[in-house]
Amino acid sequence: MRDFTQELLELIRLTSTDLPNQVEERLKTALASEELGSAAHAALETILKNVTMTRKNSTPICQDTGTPIFFVSAPTSIDKDELTVQIRGAIELATQKSYLRPNAVHSITGKNSGNNLGDAYFPTIHFQPSANDELSVDLILKGGGCENVGAQYSLPNDELKAGRDLEGVRRAALDAVYRAQGEGCAPGFLGIAIGGDRGTGYAASKEVLMRDPDDHNRDAELDQLENRITTEANELGIGPMGFGGKATVLGTKIISSYRLPASFFVTISYMCWAFRHHKMIVKGEAIDYE
Amino acid sequence: MEKHLNIPISADEIRDLKVGESVLLSGIMITGRDAVHKWIHDTFIDKTKPATQEDLDTLSQLKPILDGGLIYHCGPVVSGLETKQYRFVAAGPTTSIREEPYQGDVIHFLNLRGVIGKGGMGPKTLKACHDAPAVYFHAIGGAAALIAESVTEVIGVHKLEFGIPEAIWVIKVKDLPVIVTMDSHNASLHTSVRDQSKSILNRLIEG
Repeated sequence: MRDFTQELLELIRLTSTDLPNQVEERLKTALASEELGSAAHAALETILKNVTMTRKNSTPICQDTGTPIFFVSAPTSIDKDELTVQIRGAIELATQKSYLRPNAVHSITGKNSGNNLGDAYFPTIHFQPSANDELSVDLILKGGGCENVGAQYSLPNDELKAGRDLEGVRRAALDAVYRAQGEGCAPGFLGIAIGGDRGTGYAASKEVLMRDPDDHNRDAELDQLENRITTEANELGIGPMGFGGKATVLGTKIISSYRLPASFFVTISYMCWAFRHHKMIVKGEAIDYE
Repeated sequence: MEKHLNIPISADEIRDLKVGESVLLSGIMITGRDAVHKWIHDTFIDKTKPATQEDLDTLSQLKPILDGGLIYHCGPVVSGLETKQYRFVAAGPTTSIREEPYQGDVIHFLNLRGVIGKGGMGPKTLKACHDAPAVYFHAIGGAAALIAESVTEVIGVHKLEFGIPEAIWVIKVKDLPVIVTMDSHNASLHTSVRDQSKSILNRLIEG
């Protein structure tokens, strides 16, 4: 099998240092919505300056380069074990080149592995079969600040008067945004999974963030709910960094999965404004990044 | 518009600061986050862990820097690890609330004039800010390259065994941009935003 280590290194460099244009555009729109001279306006200005700077200098947008989360869609010709070795090798190289901070800490001893490699879960690599001959590798870098404010609700929830329906989902989502305040580095993005179990719920809430920020949910009802949650979350007035302001959430994506009769989980992954996501596509000999 | 403050900062300068003010900080400070706060607290304040000679030496080197000084809640990306020609590549703030159990005691123990972080802190720290006096400076989360540019020199490092993000980096900064979000007069922007957003939340989910 072909060695993709250098190409994967480029994917990591790109993801850590180059904020996707669509995210940057949303930040610019957010800036325009905030009052001139407010702390919210100043925060967004600083954020946008930083985005330009890191793209130019090829340095990390945020020092917390997070958990590298890979979603690989691979044709049968790809040896998963070998690709895993290449991904891990690229992670180690990217750490040496300061595109990534050494982030893998042993939970019992507290020792940092120094090279960003932990056990089978660090980095996180999800494989799925490819529908065609293309190999595609999505990478999301998700920092600890926003990961810590993620939340899972088991419905019904009496406190929120949230039942097992889309109204209950809406209530849980707004409550999660309220609880996060500025701690997840607002303005952020919400990935919401309805259903699943506790494990698959969190995985799906991250996977749904890979959707194009500008797309629409294929389910009209969920599409409407995505927009409503974004609009209402912004009414909360939490604002950039929690300084108060209009821009709290820049986008919401929802996915629903099957659940057990006894369970109804609503799982919310909060992605900070530094929504670092890029994709590498291998089609024959050609390799593209988007 | 922006206020310039040099470290060490006097108690009077701190008492003058109000929530919402923009400040550019210059001088020598240290980074310290989860492991560092727990280490200071357990070893020197609670004394649940016996202090080794190395612990005492480190503390005596840090004390003069921190008297009237600041701790920055930050786990940087650092280059030059092999040559020890350290340079901060990315150095935005980390979430501060995790230090809430320790922060107030640490402020008093080291005579800090403040801490820098993101997300704000709770009532124990706000009380310590009032009593010390000290303030909470909010840096912009994720503005890592911009802040790293204001770090003009990495003077040294302690407790490297905590790992790169958790070590104590002694740094010299020039015009590090921050906003006061908790002052020494019991005001907290975080409390007011939380309270306001709570009442809107109630309206949104009940109305």
